Amino acid sequence: MSEIEVLSPGLLTTVQDLGREGFGPMGVSPSGAADPIALRIGNRLVGNTQRAASLEMTLLGGTFQFQSVCFVALTGADFGAALDGAAILNWTSFEAHPGQTLRLGHTRSGARCYLCVHGGIAVKPFLGSASTHLLSGLGGHEGRALRKGDVLKTGSAPSRTATPARSLSSFSPRSSNNPRRAATKTLQLLAPRKVLRVTPGPQSEWFSKAAQKAFYANTYRVTEEANRMGLRLEGPPLFEGVHGDASGKAPGEMISEGVSLGAIQIAASGLPIILFVEQQTTGGYAKIANVISADLPSLGQLRPRDEIHFELVSFEAARKLLTQQEKLLASPDLIV
Amino acid sequence: MTAKKSSGVRFEPASDQSLLIYFGEKITIRAHEQIRKLLHLLEAEPLPGLRNLHPAYCSLLVKFDALKLSHEKLEKQLRKLLVRSEKIKLPEPREVEIPVCYGGEFGPDLAEVAVLCNTTSEQVIKLHSSRSYLVYFLGFVPGFAYLGELSEELVTPRLPTPRKKVPAGSVGIAGNQTGVYPFETPGGWRLLGRTPVSIFRTDRDGLSLLSIGDRVRFVPISQERFAELSSA
Repeated sequence: MSEIEVLSPGLLTTVQDLGREGFGPMGVSPSGAADPIALRIGNRLVGNTQRAASLEMTLLGGTFQFQSVCFVALTGADFGAALDGAAILNWTSFEAHPGQTLRLGHTRSGARCYLCVHGGIAVKPFLGSASTHLLSGLGGHEGRALRKGDVLKTGSAPSRTATPARSLSSFSPRSSNNPRRAATKTLQLLAPRKVLRVTPGPQSEWFSKAAQKAFYANTYRVTEEANRMGLRLEGPPLFEGVHGDASGKAPGEMISEGVSLGAIQIAASGLPIILFVEQQTTGGYAKIANVISADLPSLGQLRPRDEIHFELVSFEAARKLLTQQEKLLASPDLIV
Repeated sequence: MTAKKSSGVRFEPASDQSLLIYFGEKITIRAHEQIRKLLHLLEAEPLPGLRNLHPAYCSLLVKFDALKLSHEKLEKQLRKLLVRSEKIKLPEPREVEIPVCYGGEFGPDLAEVAVLCNTTSEQVIKLHSSRSYLVYFLGFVPGFAYLGELSEELVTPRLPTPRKKVPAGSVGIAGNQTGVYPFETPGGWRLLGRTPVSIFRTDRDGLSLLSIGDRVRFVPISQERFAELSSA
């Protein structure tokens, strides 16, 4: 077990793993890493199971001091990290020694950077997951974003609850002369996208042909209101919006129903909101489309002012893309 | 993919990893009971590859592992369960009483609701606390129960501009629904009062005070009683 002290937390740093599924009937959304691809690769780099808890930093990273030897990897967006002043490459594991300080700055690429450490970040699990759910103040480290002075403990061994078959017993975290790196080629194939592929939403037929056409032709810009609950977009509003439902309610309003991760709902303003990992579990706006599973991690790397497009694919194509992505993530060639 | 209709139940893909089941297009007790019965079966005998369930007024969203299941396969399995679920007898609803201190700083919209409903604050309290409400489902945030139906005399639209912060425990109304905010969150419901009881707590087994299918009654309490219960 090691300890890591938070000297500065950065803009918004939380403990996240792959989230908690199965509590929808209680109104609890899964939460979990905004970019699970980065989290999973980071965990592989330090010899953890893919769902071990790590730190998710947002736009501006924190400064951390290691109290004992830690085996660490940074993945996701490049926050210009340095260990005692020496530059640290993303996607490459390294050893940090007692007293050493890891400092991260402003993002140079996407929105989120993950700090993964051998053994994972140890917190009391809530409903089977370490993930922080910010809105309700549950899970993670005391249910909140990290603050200056917090001391985090790491687990003594990789938590193997999820995939015991993939034992890493031969893995020696102390072999610092032998850093692990994620293969560049595979990383390129898994890189975050700005053209998000979507499948039709449950109310896509409520939108006129012209509105649907506009939705796929428009360029949308991510606004400042982009967080773990959802991403509000700006662009040309879909005026020819929604017919409304049979009950004759105002356009866009409908009987609340369960909403899925990555659902693109069109609010009364005619502008899209993409529901994200800490989403409300039910909602009453019409959904024109839904981001495919393979592209959900890309949402976690979108920053305010990023420009994005939507591309319609079939459910069959979406499943194929997810299968391909899972193959890449499970591949032994991913780590070199 | 086209939606299929049979026996009033309609399936619609919501995403590449979720399927919506609609039990009609209206809020009815029958739809609610059908949802609970299916939910009951799915919780007792989870289907392989099933990941999450989101019940609502007249629909159930089923999230699945897209690597193991397709919409078609899942729909087939669910149709079989639907037939079986018709025979399930739902347990008698649990009755839950929630103490509420109405008005003042706890219910900043009480007076306005009275004006909108052309009545007095006292009458609003009486109407709100004199009937039992059904928990249609929990959604929005952890533990938030959608309760209905409100007395027709109290039906009022949401606030034109939602509050950025609604204190935890606030009791609000919107349309013909009422509910209690479990956490401090943004919200557009009109606030009538506040309960000192925690709605969602991690230090007890049930976590959420309310579950789908429960019956809820609001009991008016004084500020003194509110303070007593808060410190208890």
